[in-house]
Amino acid sequence: MRISRKKISLQAVETPDVNISLINPIIQKYQGKKGNLIPVLQGVQSLYGYVPREAFIRLNEEMGLKLNEMYGVATFYAQFRLSPVGKHIIKVCHGTACHVQNATKITEALVTELGVKDGHTTEDGLFTLESVACLGCCSLAPVMMVDNETFGSLTGKKAARVIKELRRKETQP
Amino acid sequence: MKKQIIVGLGSCGIAAGAGKVYARAQSLIEAGNTDVLLKQTSCIGMCYKEPLVEVVDDRGHYLYGSVDVKKLEEIFEKHIRNGEVIDEYVVESDVIQGHESHYFAGQVKIALRNCGYMDPESIEEAEQRQAYEAIRKIATEHVSSEEVIQTVLDSGLRGRGGGGFPTGLKWRFAHNSQSDEKYIICNADEGDPGAFMDRSLLEGDPHAILEGMIIGAYAMNATSGVIYCRAEYPLAIKRLNIALQQAREKGYLGKNILGIEGFDLDIIVKEGAGAFVCGEETALIASVEGERGMPRKRPPFPAERGLWNKPTNINNVETFANIPYILLHGADAYNKYGTEKSKGTKVFALTGKVKHGGLVEVPMGVSIREIIFDLGGGIQENKKFKAVQLGGPSGGCIPESLIDTKVDYDSVNATGAIMGSGGMVVMDETTCMVDMARFFLNFTQEESCGKCTFCRIGTKRMLEILTRITQGKGKEGDIELLQELSQQIKDGSLCGLGQTAPNPVLTTIKYFRDEYEAHINDKRCPAINCKALLTYEVIAENCTGCTVCAVKCPSSCIDGSRKEIHFINQELCIKCGECFAGCNFEAIRVY
Repeated sequence: MRISRKKISLQAVETPDVNISLINPIIQKYQGKKGNLIPVLQGVQSLYGYVPREAFIRLNEEMGLKLNEMYGVATFYAQFRLSPVGKHIIKVCHGTACHVQNATKITEALVTELGVKDGHTTEDGLFTLESVACLGCCSLAPVMMVDNETFGSLTGKKAARVIKELRRKETQP
Repeated sequence: MKKQIIVGLGSCGIAAGAGKVYARAQSLIEAGNTDVLLKQTSCIGMCYKEPLVEVVDDRGHYLYGSVDVKKLEEIFEKHIRNGEVIDEYVVESDVIQGHESHYFAGQVKIALRNCGYMDPESIEEAEQRQAYEAIRKIATEHVSSEEVIQTVLDSGLRGRGGGGFPTGLKWRFAHNSQSDEKYIICNADEGDPGAFMDRSLLEGDPHAILEGMIIGAYAMNATSGVIYCRAEYPLAIKRLNIALQQAREKGYLGKNILGIEGFDLDIIVKEGAGAFVCGEETALIASVEGERGMPRKRPPFPAERGLWNKPTNINNVETFANIPYILLHGADAYNKYGTEKSKGTKVFALTGKVKHGGLVEVPMGVSIREIIFDLGGGIQENKKFKAVQLGGPSGGCIPESLIDTKVDYDSVNATGAIMGSGGMVVMDETTCMVDMARFFLNFTQEESCGKCTFCRIGTKRMLEILTRITQGKGKEGDIELLQELSQQIKDGSLCGLGQTAPNPVLTTIKYFRDEYEAHINDKRCPAINCKALLTYEVIAENCTGCTVCAVKCPSSCIDGSRKEIHFINQELCIKCGECFAGCNFEAIRVY
């Protein structure tokens, strides 16, 4: 699975309510080790779902990592996000096999269903729609992954139904 | 003998629902005092029949396909409790004739020898299947590093990541470099969309990769090992770390390994962060060092100056998986398969519009036809085969006229495609080749690291031209412009990404020029795929005036009242195809 490069914003966003002390164990673990930048950023992202601006500043102060280098790496690799994501992440596979089996239709249906563009998060913060290049289950194409569950042999309708169901669960008291 | 029930828990199996099947099997065993041993294994390659569940009893083994929770309960009821085999679900067996036995019969499993046949999280099961016997043989028979390299050279093994460079030669270069520190790296940054054999190997037989690396390290006196694996393969990373821990405990990693004086090695896993270009050796090294993964000029080659400026050898996952087999059974056992210049076997990920998608391992030199039609069962819905895409974004499309091409490095290269890592995406008559070229260019353009101008800007311009063509705005001379740009990008790029990025465009122009011309000159897409070029029309004689199409049309461009022939206003039509899909009387035509 490769996250497609549809970056909405390359600007690290300010989110003051982030509990930045959570990253202390990461700093301790990688302090002084060479080649540690990518694992550090991966660790930060696994905590918050993205790399907050405050984390960059903190890493710079504590570990001496240069801001420009961190930013350079964070924007080079498709894995890193610089803004918060929705509660559920929908990854529509656009690998070759899925493309051949009309993955575009799946994304189109989800764009309509969610009312957001590819790569964006719904206003209620529930869903983020992403494209990925190959989830590696090509024989089930077209495929999408919602959080950790994979749905195969999709049609636009089927994909929309999955989201409807999830939204129903979320909005029910 | 206690019966065993083995559930295939590879990523694709889990995606198809194997996790639920496993959980149900667990609860059935707990609930019903059933005397059966529940085990897990990984991908056996038969993706189209996932989830797969194998039952082993005193007669032999039975592999059940497409098993959901309901079928599993039936298997428990009949086979486990009463010993009744459910013939219709059996896809393969050593006792009875399975429905899909031919899928395995045409294959020679060397790299995939253990995938799907053992629990990948158990080193004992791996050892029962000869894991670490090759390195043990090297230790006990005092085989020199020079002899190891010679065996690999004699086997004819070439890099399975796509380059096809002789592995033994690469090892010799690294061996000859003088340094007190050397690195051996396994490239597990499988990036081609449509290829997943490395993931299956890592998930299914991690010990084979480790042993391959240990043997490589012995041959070139490497002191540390790194497996650069994509973060997007969480299961592979988990199983690798389990395997590494087990190997350390058993003394296959550590100091003076298996009593070989001075042979010290440890291996760590580094997670990649998503960049296709990191499949390139020098970019991969930059990424392991924590930098942006951008390639650099060669020479110096990694064998002289690689990771942390020390001599470094990088091989692909599948290459390493072959090594223990070669060292244990000898070069001849491997090079008896294959063609004159391409020895051994190759794993292909067979996907797209083929009936039986999955992983197949075949001797080099079989024809593409045999793979698609004999193993793959032909084209879905029995449509017409059009082309097969080999080598991912760096490869090309091979048309029907060349379907008897043999799969070996040289024959495939001669078509303009490349072997690549072995992704084989089958296309039928409904696939538009111009759109395919655009799809791959879109991928390489996004993944270009931006270092070389021609790759950075040239791919962008090519993508713009291709997008224009698929939108019906193609101009005369576009084909020639694409060809010219392709040549310049090939010449002006430092690494493999740029040098091969134009291949999908060049091969489609070469074999499907008429499709380009139809798009450009006639504003028509022969495969009826490119939305902007389609026309939807009512077939008057079939139309019953049921109004379904008019109701479905989101842009209200269909006129006509009940029981009258309807009419599509072409100017307002957004070509969504809803009318075509909704019509029950085949009264809408699209061309």
